[in-house]
Order: sequence, then structure tokens, then C-alpha cells
Amino acid sequence: MSALSKTSEDGSIIGLEHEPAGETRHERESYLRAGHTLRSWLLTTDHKRIALLYLVSVTFFFFIGGLAAAIMRVDLLTPEADLLTNEGYNRAFTLHGVIMVWFFLIPSIPNVFGNFLIPLMIGARDLAFPRLNLLSWYIYWLGGLFTLWVLVSGGVDTGWTFYTPLSSMFAQGNVVMAATAVFIVGFSSILTGLNFIVTIHTMRAPGMHWGRLPLFVWSHYATSVILVLATPVLTVTLALIAAERLFGLGIFDPALGGDPLLYQHLFWFYSHPAVYIMVLPGLAVVSELVAAAARKPVFGYWFVAYSSIAIAAIGFLVWAHHMFVSGMSMYAGAVFSFLSLVVAVPSGIKVYNWTATLWKGHISLDPPFLFAMGFIGLFVVGGLTGLILAMLAVDVHVHDTYFVVAHFHYIMVGGTVSAYFGALHFWWPKMTGRLYPVFWGRVTAVMIFVGFNLTFFPQFILGFLGMPRRYHVYDQQFQVLHVLSSTGATILGFAYLFPLIYLLYALRHGTPASANPWDVTGLEWTVPSPPPKHNFERIPLVTRKPYDYEVEKEEQS
Amino acid sequence: MSGFLPFWPEQASAYAASVDRLVLAFSALIIVLSAPVFLLIIAFAIKYRRGKPADRSHPMNRNVWVETSWAVIPFLLILIFYVWSTQLYFGLHRPPADALEIEVVAKQWMWKFQHAGGQGEINELHVPTGTNIKLNMISQDVIHSLYLPVLRIKQDVLPGRYTTLWFNADKPGTYRMTCAEFCGTDHSVMGGSIVVQEPDGFSLWLETSATDSTLAAQGAALFRRFGCSGCHEPHSSVRAPSLAGIYGQPVALNNGTAVIADAQYIRDSILLPNAQVAAGYAPIMPTFANVATESDLIALTAYIQSLATDNSRSAPIPTNIAPEGTAP
Repeated sequence: MSALSKTSEDGSIIGLEHEPAGETRHERESYLRAGHTLRSWLLTTDHKRIALLYLVSVTFFFFIGGLAAAIMRVDLLTPEADLLTNEGYNRAFTLHGVIMVWFFLIPSIPNVFGNFLIPLMIGARDLAFPRLNLLSWYIYWLGGLFTLWVLVSGGVDTGWTFYTPLSSMFAQGNVVMAATAVFIVGFSSILTGLNFIVTIHTMRAPGMHWGRLPLFVWSHYATSVILVLATPVLTVTLALIAAERLFGLGIFDPALGGDPLLYQHLFWFYSHPAVYIMVLPGLAVVSELVAAAARKPVFGYWFVAYSSIAIAAIGFLVWAHHMFVSGMSMYAGAVFSFLSLVVAVPSGIKVYNWTATLWKGHISLDPPFLFAMGFIGLFVVGGLTGLILAMLAVDVHVHDTYFVVAHFHYIMVGGTVSAYFGALHFWWPKMTGRLYPVFWGRVTAVMIFVGFNLTFFPQFILGFLGMPRRYHVYDQQFQVLHVLSSTGATILGFAYLFPLIYLLYALRHGTPASANPWDVTGLEWTVPSPPPKHNFERIPLVTRKPYDYEVEKEEQS
Repeated sequence: MSGFLPFWPEQASAYAASVDRLVLAFSALIIVLSAPVFLLIIAFAIKYRRGKPADRSHPMNRNVWVETSWAVIPFLLILIFYVWSTQLYFGLHRPPADALEIEVVAKQWMWKFQHAGGQGEINELHVPTGTNIKLNMISQDVIHSLYLPVLRIKQDVLPGRYTTLWFNADKPGTYRMTCAEFCGTDHSVMGGSIVVQEPDGFSLWLETSATDSTLAAQGAALFRRFGCSGCHEPHSSVRAPSLAGIYGQPVALNNGTAVIADAQYIRDSILLPNAQVAAGYAPIMPTFANVATESDLIALTAYIQSLATDNSRSAPIPTNIAPEGTAP
């Protein structure tokens, strides 16, 4: 039996054990107990500990960003400006966007799960540059502190897109500070991307050739390429905004001889690929979860692997579909509309291939797999409404309306956040060594799915009816749909809080997890839960393809 | 359509109806493309649930032809809609030559509309039914976006650059008009209404809202007040090109190239006079960037446009021009 398909000593399934929850031998020898001081955490170079530092950090920012969303949803219950002032509302949605995009969505899956799992999955003892990895976390927090400073010093009112000349010459808020925060956190992304690329190229265990890499690693490779190539463009663009705002350098403001559309081109040249930075890791997680749920190899490994690369490559060529009504040439519009339809093809391949993976599988409905199926449903809706937006004549109507808001929340929140929670529920026993109550995991997965749809589906209708985004004073006719949306957001809010309770409860009182509680393949499941400090006692020799389930044994049962 | 489908927005133009047809047809396609995913995931989750006996023999793990077909066939179907929608979009960018033109200035946080007859409106736009209307729009500060949901159209309004939007409304009524591009503090209240009237009603409105002078006449007054006439009229001491008849004509430049003297060129020449200097003239004109507002520039352009082709060297001040006669 190869290293890939080795199972745990007892092979127990999650939730079936009822032993007292004392400290196990594996826990005593694990990375979690390798040093108890604060210093041993804050100066760690262990990729697993850094992943946990990120887990705590992105959770913190997720709830700050979520709080801003909650305030907005309460404000939107009525058409008048009663809870927030116009300026207050603008600051709320700007902070929501900035925090969620740069301090949660972009770092979430790569920096928590990519960090934790890539070395384990490829049979390495750490990332290629462990100290750079720690530095990236410190840079993330430096950017984070700037953002919190912006928050307490009154906020910023430009929208997360920082469109010029509003941001450079007109906005009242703390624009330079906010741009600095995003500027700084970009370096954290670049370092992480670089680290992953080098690690995946150079540190694979013997026998782990590219065709044996888990699809999780393929997607993270594609993500890292975008992080390294696109982020510097944003960095430069933000520096130019600061230069125009501070020194009156005419770059984007036509009153100074600049061109506001230049800003939009530069910004979306980063920010559209950034959408794929946010969603490719989600696709990475779901490919793993679908195979594990069905106990089958992913249907069409190479199609799914290369579709990630194709998304990353074509994703660089679609940026101006954000600009169909900006005054750009109509011929440019036609080209970018076409390319935006092309980029949907690899996403479509993934979805159809996952569906085919479930065919004749042994499908488990444990929490991670419920999250994965919820992801597929929401990602399909998000993706297909993206096609609607890529249609020029339709986009002219729904551009900058709630239709767009609903579309990208289906991808970012329905998709990426569902995948994030799926990953959390799948790898939690591996990361912490403890099982959590499966029942509450299922409840959370269903609540997130229901709450999400109730929140965001009405927004498609709002947008098609002509409700512009970033409006908190709105026409009376829209109120019913807004109330529905806020109701859904309440359910969603509680659903996001639940895991915080039962996962933390499991940390202390959960049943100890075996090395492979889900009975699935993958090198990370061959080491104890939680893994020892250096992952592998001996670097494994890989002789089999990933997802190499023993079909015959299952069929007899 | 708005009658029998709940949550369907009103339509007030043939273009809006054609966009809605595209939306409905394309939605039907994407439902066909996505339904198998939803139905099969649920069906498989039930049929092949772990521990449940089912025929699981001969599972397939790859099939290049199947995969290629579900990559290519949906894409080809979508391309049909791509052609359809792109044609509509191109049509939206080719305003008919006979359109009635209305000038629009956006600023934080109001819309200003200027009819050729001199009638000005704030946050309200009157237009006749059955007439091609072309809006020439510019912003005085940040980017705004004029959005008319009942017509299914919007266009960003940029500082420093004219953009246009055209339509032909066919259903009288008062409809919502909003700003769609985030433009600062009062973005969500930067709205108003578009009033679509039968041509008779519109003419009546034009008459009752008439001002002393047409847009071109207002421009002529500015032409004197800013001192433009001091140089650009014949027999002046300073040598400057005559502006009579130049509108819409090519102008040879100092650097050997040529431009069409459209509204954008005239506006830029007033604000940045030394950027594109007419051939044979010295770059001596001062900028009016801190003097002229966007509304002033529109009026000046209307005046220059009104100067007839070279039959009168001394710029005449036109009397009231009937709005019907102003389309180029």
C-alpha cells in the first residue's frame, strides 16, 4: 500500500467515538505543543502555526467587515436615511469592501489552508521560505493596523474601487491612509504567492510529479501566479493616487491633464484577476471535497487541473468588462465581452466535471460535503449571472446596480466563503486534532445556504428593476425586497457565528481525531492529527495518482 | 411585459423591449445549461448516498470527448447571444444624425439639462415621444452616470470629455432618473425624473419654459463677456483664426496634423489653448479654465456652431431659433 492510501490506525469515522477528551500522545508530540510561549507563536516559522495565526487574523477581519455589512443591512430596511447619514453609509460600504476583499477574501483560503496544506500535500516539511512566510503575516498585520486606524479616524468614502478623480481630488475621508493599507497588504500577497510557486516547483516529495498533485495544489499554483503578476499593478496604481492627491500630480484628474479612464484600466487590470485570486482557492477546496464526498477520483483530472491555469491566464484579458458604460470604445467593448465569455468555459468545465464525479460515487452528507454542494449551486448562479453581465446590451442596463452586487456576492460569498467554511470543517480535525459535533456543522451548512439565497437573490431583482448600488436612500417600490434581503442577512449572520462556538468548544471538549477521520486519500491524512512539528518523519515516496480510492472494496459492502 | 410579470420593470422604448427579449431568451439558455447540474447533484446525492446499495459498476473517471463537448457546445450557443447583444450595443453607440440634441452637465449632486432653445432644467428632463434624442454629457467634477431604467440605458458622464447617449422614448409618462456611478456623499439622492410627453405637450412645455435667449445667444453674450470677440472677430488687433463656419470642419494644426472642430476640440481649445494650435497662428491665447464653467463652454460651443458658413465675417447674434431647427 502506498503512502497515499494509507489510513489511520483505528480508521474511525468522525462523531462515532466517545472517549474522554484528554490530551492524546499525538497532541503532545504535535506542532501545537512544540513551544507554549507567546514568543514561540509570534516568531514561529512553522507553516502550520503561521496558518493558525492567519486563521485567527482573517476571522477577526471577517467579523469587522461583517459588522459593517450588518449596519448597512439594518440601514437599508427603510428607504429613508434614518440610521446612517449619507456620508456614514458611504464609509460603511467602503470599509466593508476594503476589509472583505483585501483582509479576508484574498488571504483567507491561500494563507490559512494553502499555508497549512501545501507542504503536507506535496510531502514537504515546510514552505520553501519559512521566514518570508512569517514576514508576510507581519506585513498583513501592518496593513491591517493601517485599516483599523482608518476605521477609528473616521473612515474613507470612495468605495473599495477608489475611482478617480473622486478618490484623488474630491473625497473627504482618509484616502491616502486607506490606499497605504492596501498598498502594504499587497506585499503580503506577493510574498505568499512567490513562496507557493517556489515550494510547488522545488519541494515535491519523490514520485510526486505534476500529474500526482492534488487539484488543491494546482489551483493554488494558478492563484499564486496571479498574486505575483497582478498585485504589483495595484501597488503602483495606489501610489499614483497618493501622488495625485498629495502633490497634485496630474495622472487621473482631467482638470490636471490626467485621464480618469486610465485609472479604471489599471485598477481592473489588477482587480479582475483578483476576483480569480479569491475564487480559485475556493475551486481548489471544492475539487478536494467533491472527490472526498464521492470517494472517487475527480472526473477528468487534467481538464480540472488545466482549467485552473486557463482561468488564471484568460483572467488577465477580461478586465475592461467593468467598463462597458465608461465611455470606452464600443469595439473594445465587443472584444472584452467576447473574452469574458471565453473565461467562463474553464469554470463550466469544473462544474460539469464535479457533477460527473458524484455519478456512481459513495456520497457522504457530512458537513464539509454539504458546504461543497452549496458552493457548486451558488457558484453556478454567480457564474451564469456573470455571463448575463458580459452581454453588452444587458450590462448597459444592470451595470452598477444591485444585479452586479448580487452577482459578485454569489461568487465571493456564496462561493469563496462557502468553500472556506467547507475547508474549515474538512481540515479542522487535522489542524487541531479534535472532532466537532457533526450535527451543528450540518445545521450551519444549511443555514448558510438558505440565508445566503434569501439575502442575495432579491438583489438580482432589485438590480433589474433599476436600483443602483451604493444607494441608501431609495425608491419606495424597492423596500419589500430590501426587507427580505436584510432578513436573509440576519440568518446568514447567525450561521457565521455558530462555527465559532462549536469549533472552539471542540478544541477543548471534542473527541480526539484519528489521522484520517474521513477515510480519504491525500498525504496530509497519513500523518497524525494534529501533525508533528516537521510533518513527516520520513519524506514519503509517492507511487500513486491522487484520489486513488479502492473501488472494489466499497462495492462489496 | 411589465403588466403580467411581477417584478418586471416598465419599458418606455422599443430598445428597452428588445433588451428585455434578449434577457428572457438568454435566461432561458442559462437555465437549460445549469438545470442538469442542480438536478443531477440532488439526484446523485440521493441515489448514490454512502451506504446505500446502487449500481456503481463501471464508473468513468475521464472521457475527453464528453468533456470537450460540454466545454464547446454551451460556448457556441452563448456566442449566438453574443452577436445579438453586441449588435444592440453598437446601435446604442451610433446616434442617428437627425437627433434632437440636449446638453447635460453633471455635478455633485445634480443634473443640469440645457435645450437648444435656451430652456434649462435641473434634475428633470422633458423629451417628446417618437423623437430621436441625443444627450451630450459632461461632468464638472467626478464621474457620474446617467441611468434611465425604463429605457434600459446608462452612460458614464466624465469630467473633461463629452459622452453621448441616445434614445427614442415611445410611452408618455414620468420615470425615474438616477446617478449610477458612485460620486460622493449625496450619490444616492442625485436623481430626478425624465418626463416623456407627446410632441404637442412637449412644444407647449418648451414655450412656457422659454427664456430670453437661445443657448447660442447665451453663448454669444459669453463670447463678448470673456473677450473672445476681441481677437476672434475680423479687424481685431490680435491675429486669431475666424471661428465662422469651422464647426464640424477639419482644422489644420501647427504640427501638421488636423482635427475635426467638434465640441470636444472647441472645449479643449478654450481650456488648453496651446495644446492644439491652428496652423499659421501663434500660441498666444490664454486659458479660460478658471473662468468658464461646463455650462458656459456648452453655450460657447452652441454659439460657434451657429455661426453660418462664412457668409458673415462679423459674428451675428442670432435671435430665437426654433428648437426643431437646431438639429445639425
